[in-house]
Amino acid sequence: MKKTDLPEIAGGGLIARRSFLASGLLFATAAPALARTVDPGNATIVDGRPDWMTQPGGDGVAYGLPSPHEAHVVRHAIPYMDESVGFAPWHTPIAAQQGIITPNGLHFAVHHNGLPDIDPEVHELIIHGLVDRPLRFTMDELLRYPIVSSIRFLECAGNTAANALSFTPLNFSVDVISGQVSGAEWAGVRVADLLNESGVKPGGKWVIAEGADAGSLTRSLPLSKLMDDAIIALYQNGERLRPAQGYPVRLFVPGWEGNTNIKWLHRLELTDVPAFTRDESGLYSEPRSDGTIEHFTFPMGVKSVITHPSGLQTLPEKKGFYEISGLAWSGHGRIARVDISADEGKTWARADLDQTPMDKALVRFSLPWRWDGKPTTLLSRATDEIGNIQPTRKEWKSHYAAHAHNHYNAIQSWRIKKDGEVENVYG
Amino acid sequence: MGKTAASFLLAIILASPWPVFAQNTEDTPVRGFGTPVAQSDIDRLSITIFPDGRNLPEGRGTVRDGKALYADKCAACHGAKGREGPASRLAGSDGFFSIWDPLRILRIANSPMLVNSAGAQWPYATTLFDYTRRAMPHDAPKSLTNNEVYALTAYMLFLNDLVKRNFIADKGTLVKVEMPGLAKSTSAWEHEQNNGKH
Repeated sequence: MKKTDLPEIAGGGLIARRSFLASGLLFATAAPALARTVDPGNATIVDGRPDWMTQPGGDGVAYGLPSPHEAHVVRHAIPYMDESVGFAPWHTPIAAQQGIITPNGLHFAVHHNGLPDIDPEVHELIIHGLVDRPLRFTMDELLRYPIVSSIRFLECAGNTAANALSFTPLNFSVDVISGQVSGAEWAGVRVADLLNESGVKPGGKWVIAEGADAGSLTRSLPLSKLMDDAIIALYQNGERLRPAQGYPVRLFVPGWEGNTNIKWLHRLELTDVPAFTRDESGLYSEPRSDGTIEHFTFPMGVKSVITHPSGLQTLPEKKGFYEISGLAWSGHGRIARVDISADEGKTWARADLDQTPMDKALVRFSLPWRWDGKPTTLLSRATDEIGNIQPTRKEWKSHYAAHAHNHYNAIQSWRIKKDGEVENVYG
Repeated sequence: MGKTAASFLLAIILASPWPVFAQNTEDTPVRGFGTPVAQSDIDRLSITIFPDGRNLPEGRGTVRDGKALYADKCAACHGAKGREGPASRLAGSDGFFSIWDPLRILRIANSPMLVNSAGAQWPYATTLFDYTRRAMPHDAPKSLTNNEVYALTAYMLFLNDLVKRNFIADKGTLVKVEMPGLAKSTSAWEHEQNNGKH
């Protein structure tokens, strides 16, 4: 079978995985690698054997770290955002990752007044307000409750704000544009277990959650959601939370905007009404195109982004085969499908999902693609289980004021230029 | 379950010193590891101010006192008029950078935070007090006295032309200030509750 015989399932060179695998082209495209000349770098190679095959290796370490060769895979601090404007976001390098789990040291983080260094022996969680019994919990006491765990995504409300705000598309990497999303397994105590213990008085409808950081970051959350699936998270990917994720304890509210997942949690106050804290009054509210300002916009909308290839990368080979791959998620539930277009949105093909999508978790999607060497645009469009479809940028912008920058979930377009460079574009 | 049966169960839950079964998580016994909190501890930690003025402390502050405090503790980050930044805009329009502004992209790229103005967007003046007391100044949060926070709140309202120069902020006057953001405010959560899913 010749390359040109592979049946396309959509324009621009999208190929069904089955025919691609059957054709044996995977091996054919790998073949040129055999002929490459190897730069030995720091390795000593004798008789074709690098020294790591001929000498005993190094010692283990108590807490493992990535290979020094991966030292470039780090979070990105956003240059124009720092403590002087009120908060510092650190973006996950999603272009360097596969699968759906973000390592703890690379999980995105936004902190509004630095990272507190909290002593777990001193830190307590108190529950009060419209409860039958105001209660306090030490960290040791919390750890005695049943621990439940789930794999979930977490996304900042302001993820992809650059594309929401900027009049022209900025030529950034996907990490900088959309790196305020991560995936992890979160484990902790059901908020419902603690509230059942304190009891909730009639009229208790909201819970004011407050952190013990310098800014005492605070959000008002509906009691019904906290009783449904929220947890007091103590573990992330099998280890205790990192300081940047709220050590020793954070609120985790599946599918809801990152800011509501209060880190360094120390207080839950049951009330009848929301408090209209700073964050829910301004920063995490959305000015709409009709002049209203929407508050308490909690779930993150259905969204996807192609990470491979993505902004600032260069495709190494014209007319080559590539695996298009990316991440999709929805704060409303599971992803139902992701479609990919390789011809500027004219035709679409259903992408493969790497695993059965989980509730409010990232899912990895992919499709084989043969680039014909001509400029084109790659897009991905996710649909969730309740039928929400990712909007186009134009549709999204039509709902919001020009300066709205939260909850931007429009379809991401990557322009593939003649020379293989990948660039962020609109439309 | 009948009302009587429910009351009976509730009575058991409240009266029993042993792990019992509660609503929603019927298979999970209440562990009872939490311990009572003294009211004095709650009073010390409970700093949230509500839109109806609940929990506002005694004290008062004038625009004039606020102006001096602002120059000393706030202007370096928020600008002399609360409009210049680099930290969040406190006063001014709702922060929209006109698309005819030739430097718009630059302004947005350099100062994305400035598009939110507290004075134009926040629906309640109580939030100014709450946030200033808990989180400001950025390098020394919770260092201000209640009178100082009242004074700064009065001054921020004055910078927004929402109160007169002789305004005195206290727990009675703050709740009466009409913020322009209120008329524009909607609740997506309430909307979702009333109309089903998005």
